[in-house]
Amino acid sequence: MSAILNLSKLFKFKGGVHPPEHKLESTGAPILPLPLPAQLVLPLRQHVGNIPKICVEAGQHVLKGQLLAEAEGSISAAVHAPTSGSIIAIQEDLIPHPSGLPDMCITMEPDGKDQWIVHTPIDWRTADKQTLVASLRQSGIVGLGGATFPSHIKVRPDGTSGIRTLVINGAECEPYITCDDMLMRERADEIVHGIEIAHYLLGAQECLIGIEDNKPEAVAAMRAACAKSNTALQVVVVPTIYPSGDARRLINVLTGKEIPSYKRSTEVGIQCFNVATVLAMHRYFEFGEPMVSRVVTVTGNVAQPGNFEVLLGTPVTALLDAAGGVLPGTNEYIMGGPMMGFTLPSAQVPITKAANCIIAGAPDLFPQPQPAMPCIRCARCADACPVNLQPQELYWFSKSNNLEKAREYKLFDCIECGCCTYVCPSHIPLVQYYRYAKSETIAQDRAKEAADVARERNEFRLLRIEREKQERAQKHAQKTSGAKAEITDEAKKSAIAAAVERAKEQKAAVQPMNIDNLPPAVQSEIAEVDARRSEAAIQAENAMLEKVITGHDAAHPEAVEKQP
Amino acid sequence: MLQSYILILIGTVLVNNIVLVKILGLCPFMGVSKKLEASIGMAWATTFVLTIGAGTSYLISEYLLGTELFYLRTLSFIVVIAGIVQFTEMVVEKTSPVLYQVLGIYLPLITTNCAVLGIPLLNVQANHNFIESLLFGLGGSIGFSLVLILFASMRERMEAADVPVLFRGSAIAFVTAGLMSLAFMGFAGLTR
Amino acid sequence: MLTALFVMIGLALLLGVILGYSALKFKVEGDPLVARIDAILPQTQCGQCGYPGCKPYATAIANGEADINQCPPGGDAGVRALSDLLGVEYKPLNAEHGTPKPKALAVIDENICIGCTLCLQACPVDAILGAAKHMHTVIASECTGCELCVAPCPVDCISMEPIAESPDNWKWRYPIFEIKPVGIDQNTQQAQTQQAV
Repeated sequence: MSAILNLSKLFKFKGGVHPPEHKLESTGAPILPLPLPAQLVLPLRQHVGNIPKICVEAGQHVLKGQLLAEAEGSISAAVHAPTSGSIIAIQEDLIPHPSGLPDMCITMEPDGKDQWIVHTPIDWRTADKQTLVASLRQSGIVGLGGATFPSHIKVRPDGTSGIRTLVINGAECEPYITCDDMLMRERADEIVHGIEIAHYLLGAQECLIGIEDNKPEAVAAMRAACAKSNTALQVVVVPTIYPSGDARRLINVLTGKEIPSYKRSTEVGIQCFNVATVLAMHRYFEFGEPMVSRVVTVTGNVAQPGNFEVLLGTPVTALLDAAGGVLPGTNEYIMGGPMMGFTLPSAQVPITKAANCIIAGAPDLFPQPQPAMPCIRCARCADACPVNLQPQELYWFSKSNNLEKAREYKLFDCIECGCCTYVCPSHIPLVQYYRYAKSETIAQDRAKEAADVARERNEFRLLRIEREKQERAQKHAQKTSGAKAEITDEAKKSAIAAAVERAKEQKAAVQPMNIDNLPPAVQSEIAEVDARRSEAAIQAENAMLEKVITGHDAAHPEAVEKQP
Repeated sequence: MLQSYILILIGTVLVNNIVLVKILGLCPFMGVSKKLEASIGMAWATTFVLTIGAGTSYLISEYLLGTELFYLRTLSFIVVIAGIVQFTEMVVEKTSPVLYQVLGIYLPLITTNCAVLGIPLLNVQANHNFIESLLFGLGGSIGFSLVLILFASMRERMEAADVPVLFRGSAIAFVTAGLMSLAFMGFAGLTR
Repeated sequence: MLTALFVMIGLALLLGVILGYSALKFKVEGDPLVARIDAILPQTQCGQCGYPGCKPYATAIANGEADINQCPPGGDAGVRALSDLLGVEYKPLNAEHGTPKPKALAVIDENICIGCTLCLQACPVDAILGAAKHMHTVIASECTGCELCVAPCPVDCISMEPIAESPDNWKWRYPIFEIKPVGIDQNTQQAQTQQAV
């Protein structure tokens, strides 16, 4: 604690809360590996952006690190096999999502050999940045702090990236979660190598590593690792407050800059990465290992809380078993932390790239929320909000479905950190209202866009019909006034006969293809039907010819064809 | 000189607020204050009409009518005000059709706003000169705008609040206006 | 007496000239009201309101021929938005014109389709792709769910399938939770009932 010296100035953001940390439960043991589970379920949607395109099929045998689904479009990330084995199925399976709805997943069964593909590490110091970023796109690396934004988008090397400051997020402000802490303690050297890669790719001039002051061991380890590096890296210890780990809050604390909500941090020359993400980049470039595993904290009502190196797709039940099993009284499983996490639909869901912590919840750990009372407009929530919003106004507007006003009061700037719900004396679940209002507004916006497109299409259709009508009227006018009167019956007859010939040829050219290997009885039946059909066709043709030439319709004798 | 002008302004905006103390101009106050954007638009329109109306009315009453044709005062004031409102309507329709639609019938009803007729008549009663009349009109309209915008903001929040069923809508609005009026009584004696 | 008359007439004439001039200068073209009403309508182009599309219905509302509560796809929210815009009283949806249903998309069963193009001509947003004697299919992203294609199909191969919920379009629900009841305790309750008796 005494060695924590800050050489750079720190800034303070308004608001924030200090929930009890509960970090010591899971920092007692080092990061442990997990035995191979019986089955791995890999959702395709583990990141923000387009769903990757599957490039394997059921029954195929794959090696560890083999590409299962490639990135589609610019904002997308690939999915790789976490271990060697065979693909059992590609189907909809339960995923860790608050809705509890299933989504497309690749299910595979490990063969126990854990055999890697041939590694192709890239010397990032000599390769050109374009190649590196293109390679990163297929590495499957996404932001591991929870946002899961594909990392290759964040390191655009096309000269316009203009990043001056690289911020590395080691804050980990949410209670119970300790995976980044343990990573920094044990793998500080690798993390620093990863930071160097990011530093190089971005062309940054300075690098600040933000770590909260409740992690002295991590600070010491990172400082020692940074001392060995040639790049200008600086470990900055920030005061422990929730939510200092939010990217924009951390940037504010470290640089004093408040990034407007309509701008990205890159537009002011700052980019932020999580420590686990840069570690993954290091493993990818230095060892050729695409993203196949991550460190997950298992804590709460389990026998031995701790951190584990988990293969993606491992079911949560396997994790809980590795942590010594759940203790009696467990009634729910939370993915994420107690402030921003969500309750899992069941423990059978797989670990995805976004899963940083699994908490086994019990009534004594997380008591049932007290019944909500009316809002007394005390504005404690406004005092606690780290993004300078007015939660009480947002609450009233969201509650009364006044979504326009809620949007005006910057509903979409809300980071759903939960500080307002934490301090509310009436125990109102504020964040639930904002989530409802946000998804409702997004749905309404989508509907409006679709309506605009439908309006355009309808207008074009009406225009097209008008235009066709006019063209037909023009043609008709031309016909009646024009030179068509000279065509005699003979010319008409020959034109029609030629058309009939063409039609016959076309029909004859199309062979039915499923009549091979049929028993003779069936074949003769088919021949009979064909004969009948051709008879009828010839009769119909003759009738048509008669009708056109003589104006006399044998089928409808009473109808008299009008003369043009 | 300047001091008396400032006193007139403060007097009309706060102490003798035309809506809450003199109880004039309640119609648009109640009718337009459901939405904040409409209220802001109405505030601008009424400021324009009141200020120009007060000035023009003074000129007409002083120079055109003099002391002989005093009985034509109300009539000519109304005619001039109606003309100014009509002009304002045309300008609003041209520049901001959305505001025009939002204000609806209340825009031409500025003509019948008792404050808009009341201020010029009060000017005549108090024997103000031209500058004082203009300031009185400006002050009155600023007071009207202030209270209108405050009230609209409150009404928007009351829309979402847990009001007992019987009180929802106009009832709670009138109660609030009454409470605001009580509050503005606190300014009495400010300009003594 | 005469001066009074001249003064009033003069005033009226002067104002008339000013207003006439400004009427010409500030003339507003067209009727943007129809466009504004049309912007609120959901553009399903289903015809349930009794008019052949959303623009004709908007025109009818602007002319005062139609009521604002005839659009089921717009739902209650649409009626309220219209009543806000036009300043008319809100009324509940007119059940004669249909009831709001969850949005469904048309799907053509390709095994049964005979390629007659009748549905192509019926679709108000040209969302059906195909040609004569060729397979027809509905472009799902453009389908508005108006159901105008279902009736003309001679082989009944078009079905309306409600949009399934997926993690993509899932919405958080409106929070419903227990509110702390404030009740009177047993003694007070007993005393009150006794007093009433």
